[in-house]
Amino acid sequence: MNLMMLLEMAVSGFGERVAVQNVGAALRYDELFAAAGAAAAGIEASGCAHVAVLDENSLAVPVGLFASAWAGKPFVPLNYRLTDSELEALAARIAPSLLVTSSERAGALAGLPGTTVVTREAFLAGGAAAGDAPAREPNWPMDPDAIAILLFTSGTTGAPKAAVIRHKHLVSYIFGSVEFGAAGDDDAALVSVPPYHIAAMAAIASSVYSGRRLVQLPSFSAEAWIETARREHVTHAFVVPTMLGRIVDVLDQRSEAAPARLRALSYGGGKMPLPVIERAMKLFPTADFTNAYGLTETSSTIAILGPDDHRAAASADEPAVRRRLTSVGRPLPSVEVEIRDPSGQSVEPGGSGEICVRGEQVSGEYLGRGSLVDRDGWFPTRDAGFLDEDGYLFLEGRIDDVIVRGGENLSPGEIEEVLLAHDAVADCAVVGIPDEEWGEAVAAMIVLRAGRTATADELQRWVRGRLRSSRMPQRIEFRDELPYNETGKLLRRRVKADLTGAS
Amino acid sequence: MARLKTGTRLKSAVCNTQVMIVAAPDADVDLACGGQPMIDAAATPPAGAVISPDAAKGTVLGKRYVNADGKLELLCIKPGEGSLSVAGEALVLKEAKPLPSSD
Repeated sequence: MNLMMLLEMAVSGFGERVAVQNVGAALRYDELFAAAGAAAAGIEASGCAHVAVLDENSLAVPVGLFASAWAGKPFVPLNYRLTDSELEALAARIAPSLLVTSSERAGALAGLPGTTVVTREAFLAGGAAAGDAPAREPNWPMDPDAIAILLFTSGTTGAPKAAVIRHKHLVSYIFGSVEFGAAGDDDAALVSVPPYHIAAMAAIASSVYSGRRLVQLPSFSAEAWIETARREHVTHAFVVPTMLGRIVDVLDQRSEAAPARLRALSYGGGKMPLPVIERAMKLFPTADFTNAYGLTETSSTIAILGPDDHRAAASADEPAVRRRLTSVGRPLPSVEVEIRDPSGQSVEPGGSGEICVRGEQVSGEYLGRGSLVDRDGWFPTRDAGFLDEDGYLFLEGRIDDVIVRGGENLSPGEIEEVLLAHDAVADCAVVGIPDEEWGEAVAAMIVLRAGRTATADELQRWVRGRLRSSRMPQRIEFRDELPYNETGKLLRRRVKADLTGAS
Repeated sequence: MARLKTGTRLKSAVCNTQVMIVAAPDADVDLACGGQPMIDAAATPPAGAVISPDAAKGTVLGKRYVNADGKLELLCIKPGEGSLSVAGEALVLKEAKPLPSSD
C-alpha cells in the first residue's frame, strides 16, 4: 500500500485531465506522475531521510507528497510562519533532510545543519540532485506501515509534536470515503488551507482519486479566494470557520453574489459559529454544505454532516432534528465512534464523555511517543461529546478545556452554544479561571455583532434562564475579536490568560 | 491457495488485471483471475497460461469486488480482460454509496 497507487490509478483512468493548477501553471495527471518520478530520483540521490516542504500552496506540494511516497521517505510540510529558530529546531529533528522552499527563502536556510536546500523550481524540474531522470518504473515500496506524512502540531506549549500518518492510514481514508473517478469533467476543488494542515494533504489525495482538478490558492485571503473561485470555475471547496467568516464578510460588504459555479462547500477544523453558517447558507443558496469533523491523528474526516442533513435540520420542526445543524453528523461507514466515561465504559446515547474512534484511517500516533491506540484499536481523541439517538455526533470541546467548578464538570461548548443563540452575540469563548471558592469559575469572552449591544448582566440572565445556575458565567468580558490561529483554531489558552490577567 | 494480507498487491497471471486486498478472511483463499491463480505483483507469470473463456468478463479500474459473504474485498487498481473468482465462485461488483465530498 502506497499513496502512489492513487496517482497511478488516476493516470490509467484519466491521465490527460488537469490534476493541479496554480495561478498560470498546471499539471495533468500523467505530468504529475512523471514529475513525481523525476523528483523521487532526486530525493533518493540526496541521501535524505525526510522530505520537507516550506512553502505556500504551490505545485511543489503535490509533487513533493507523491515523490516522497515514491522514494519511500516521509513528507514533512512545514509551517512557513515559523520563526528561523523554530525552523532550525524542527530541521534538526528531521535531518538529514531535503528541504524544498521558495527562492526567496532558500538562501537564508542554506546553512541549516543536515539540510539540503533546493528551490521549488529546481525541485519541480526534477533537478534536485540527479539531473535529468529517465522515466521510472512504478517501483515504490508497498509497506503499508511506512510513514507517508509527518505533521508538526502548532505546539502552543513545549516542543511541537509530530503526528505520524502512515500510508495505510491515508490510503484507507481515501478508499473509505472517495469513489474512484467519480468527479465530473468540470469538477474543480479549491484548496486554501496551508500545506501543513491535514485537510490540505487529504484534499490532494481525495482530488487525485476522484479525478478532480485541484486549484491551489497560494495563501488565503477572502478576496483572493472569491476571485480564484470565479476565475477558475471552482465547484468544490473546503474552508475552516475563520475563512468562511471572512468570505461572507467580504461578500456582504461588497453586496456581491457568491461564485456561481460553487456547488459544494465543506467546512471543518474548528467550531463553526452558527451565525456564520446561517449567513453562508443564504449567500450560497444553491451550494451543498457539508460539515466535516476529523483530527490530524485520524487522517482527516471521521464524521460528516451532509447536505441532506443540513437541509433536513434547517427545515425541521422537531427540536431534536433542528439541533443537528450544530452536530458534526454521523461517522463515516468505515469508522466507528464510541463515547466513553472517565473509567473507560461506553456511554448510552445522550450521555457525554470522551469521543473514541476506531478504523483503518486512525493513526493516533506521535513520533517518538508511540501510539495512543489501545489494543482493541480505539483512539481516545481528547474531544468531549455525545451521540444522539440516531447516531449524530455533537462536540463539546476538548476534554482538557472542561471547567471543574466545585467538583462539577462543565462543558464550555454547552455554555457557548447558549451564548451564541443570543441575537447580539457574534462569537464567544467560555473558559475556566482560577477561583478561591470553587476552584474554577466560568468566564466568557464575548464578541458582539456590529451595531448590537448587550450587557454582562443581560447575558448572565440569558444563560441562567436556559442552563443550571452553575453554568452562568461569573465573569464576562467584551472584545473586538477572539484569538484564533491561522487555521481557525480558537486559542483558549490566550483567552484564559487574558481573562485571568484582567481579574 | 494462500492467506491474503490486507494491502497486498496481486496481479493476474493471464491479463493486465491488478488488485489490492482491501479485506480478507482469516483463512486460505483460492483467488483467481481469468481462471488462473493470481500471483504476487512482482512475480513472473507462468508461461503458456491463457484466460479461461468462462472467466473473461473483465475487471473495471477503481471498482471493488466482493465474495458472497463479503469477507473478501478487492480493489481493481489495473483493469484487464479476466474476471475475478474465489474457489470457482465469481466475485461481484460492490456498489458504493456515495458520500458528500468533505475535503
